[in-house]
Amino acid sequence: MGLESKTGNMGVVTTTLENVVNWSRTNSMWPLLFGLACCAIEMMGAQASNYDLSRFGMELNRASPRQSDLMIVAGRVSRKMAPVLRQLYDQMPDPKWVLAMGDCASCGGVFNNYAVVQGVDEVVPVDVYVSGCPPRPEGLIHGIVTLHEKVKKEKITHWA
Amino acid sequence: MTNIREVTVDELRHLVSDRAMTGETMLLNMGPQHPSTHGVLRLLLELDGEIVVNCIPDIGFLHTGVEKNMEAKTYLKAEVMTDRLDYLNSVGNNLTYCLAIEKLVGLDVPPRANALRVILSELQRISSHLLWLGTSCLDLAAMSVFLYTMREREMILDVMELISGQRMMTTYIRPGGVWREVPPEFVPAVQKIIDVMPGRIAEYESMLTNNLLFMERTQGIGVVSAEDCARYGLSGPVIRGSGVAFDLRKAQPYSGYEQYDFDIPTYNTGDVFGRYMVRMEEMRQSVRIVRQALSKMPAGPVQSANRKFVPPPRSEIGTSMESLIHHFKLWTEGFPAPKQSVFVTTESPRGILGVFLEGDGGPKPYRVHYVTPSFINLQSMPLLTRGHFVADVVGIIGSIDIVLGDADR
Amino acid sequence: MNETLEQIVKDMKERFAAQITEYAGDSTVILTPEYLLDAVQTLRGEHNFNMLIDATAVDYWPDQEPRFHMVYHLYSMLNNLILRLRVPLNGNAPHVPTLEKLYPAANWKEREVWDMFGITFDGHSDPRRIVMPYDWQGHPLRKDYPLGYEEVQFTFNAVEIDKRKPYAKE
Repeated sequence: MGLESKTGNMGVVTTTLENVVNWSRTNSMWPLLFGLACCAIEMMGAQASNYDLSRFGMELNRASPRQSDLMIVAGRVSRKMAPVLRQLYDQMPDPKWVLAMGDCASCGGVFNNYAVVQGVDEVVPVDVYVSGCPPRPEGLIHGIVTLHEKVKKEKITHWA
Repeated sequence: MTNIREVTVDELRHLVSDRAMTGETMLLNMGPQHPSTHGVLRLLLELDGEIVVNCIPDIGFLHTGVEKNMEAKTYLKAEVMTDRLDYLNSVGNNLTYCLAIEKLVGLDVPPRANALRVILSELQRISSHLLWLGTSCLDLAAMSVFLYTMREREMILDVMELISGQRMMTTYIRPGGVWREVPPEFVPAVQKIIDVMPGRIAEYESMLTNNLLFMERTQGIGVVSAEDCARYGLSGPVIRGSGVAFDLRKAQPYSGYEQYDFDIPTYNTGDVFGRYMVRMEEMRQSVRIVRQALSKMPAGPVQSANRKFVPPPRSEIGTSMESLIHHFKLWTEGFPAPKQSVFVTTESPRGILGVFLEGDGGPKPYRVHYVTPSFINLQSMPLLTRGHFVADVVGIIGSIDIVLGDADR
Repeated sequence: MNETLEQIVKDMKERFAAQITEYAGDSTVILTPEYLLDAVQTLRGEHNFNMLIDATAVDYWPDQEPRFHMVYHLYSMLNNLILRLRVPLNGNAPHVPTLEKLYPAANWKEREVWDMFGITFDGHSDPRRIVMPYDWQGHPLRKDYPLGYEEVQFTFNAVEIDKRKPYAKE
């Protein structure tokens, strides 16, 4: 066939379906292009030249929730934004993951008041929390790699 | 958590034209989650085909309650919140707040601290403009500029980290001066930035200024006259792009800006392109100011010696009982400020940034109000977008350089 | 106080029965609500205050009566002057004439004051909330509105708070 003539004889790899699916999910995880506050600037920094998030297969930010797998909640979530955030989460297709980036998204941070939701886990289920105000790009990358580790360990029985 | 309440056209009856009621024009929601609105801004566009008839901005998706929260903290602790308002100009926010406190309690700032404040504000201005350039070009579908500008921005963030340990939220400027003396690596690091920046700015200009696609997308778009700028309170690069040489650094100098020699760039077209030209030139002027400030940075202390307001250095605490008491008082109770109000304005990268601060005799501010340029500039969106294509709306939002944290507070 | 400002302040005093205070180089003109519109018209027309930088309010509950002060900051580009106007307002739900006709910039500023303090503006063209959700109850920056503090989790109370925290489900 065409492929073999180009790549040579690739041989046979035996693995489990679980591994293949988890591997492909980790390496083409598309984040939702969704920035809220200060952390969004560091998220941009992580995607730009110096930190280059695309090394982890994360460069393709999708503007539409219907095409994305990972929601990075980058910044404080106000009471007015919370229903919008939930709606975006509901619109994402399964499987989906949420990463709470920064202190405000994780627990409210310095803003312990009437306007800010004290942790985005009150609105959507969160998989990984990244601390820092804002986290450095390395911090965000570490959070994403941690999420990859989590996804790699998912069992076939857990797939809905 | 409540559900999203739908707003009916009837509620917005006074804002949309009659044709919207019959369905002749279309109402289109843009945001709050949209790639090119620089954050969580919602625009309700009334469209006649592709042409914008009216634009109704809806803000508040990033309302953080900062002003209320600051009332519950001491003057010093409340400063941490100011960084997070306009997160692209955190140094400028700290500076304005500290200037207000200094004016309220009558505190002097040593010359070296003033020079450091100027250097940092100008570096922050460059970094803010770099991010603006990258993201607004991203909106106009010029991807590569973003990668170039972020490269230079990292150099400035490294300097911020060098002096304060934080890349963005430095809180380095404190009432009565700055937090502490800069490390010896500071001067070479800033020197390196001002050495490379002019060449890098020329590089961006070679990509954009004479680029036909860029010119087509920006020239004649979002035109605003100088009179309208004053009526709507627009300031910063927007009013300078309309040909008015208005800059608070010249008009009402603070932190020793009067010592430095710089020009106010203006451009007379008043469109998106004009604002772009103004900002590019402003970066050059900022480099010029930093160069002057760095070359004649005076020696001496970086904090006021007034121990009623400025905490004593660590070394004094071990030897002096009085210092220990001051340290304890300042970090537990804070310093009192008189029952008076002051208003301070500075020039942020986006325009007039003001702080209205009122004390009540106690250690907590009674009322803090931030007058933010993004809030005022965003108000002019209907004026700027009327009669343009939907595709130009994103270019116009980019050109007024809004930060939603700044607008919603 | 420089000469131009002195002249303006004198004019305000004579024509609109204003009180003048000064602190740290800031001049404040204290006006009654009846005179506000005329005074601002004079400042804009005759004294070249062409920019409204800010309109906000301060709540003095419960110690002081009148409870609210409206605070305006006007800027004159020609004379390079900033002037503050203060308008004390009686009652818990006060109202004041809008400055929108004179300065379009006042539109959003006054909406914000309505949203945060519950001060109504007579003749305002768009009296909606601006930053809070449309169905929000109360006006957050009033002094009798609670800050909304949520208890912080430490090791000794983490488990207990965790139990009653409303975590979201799939």
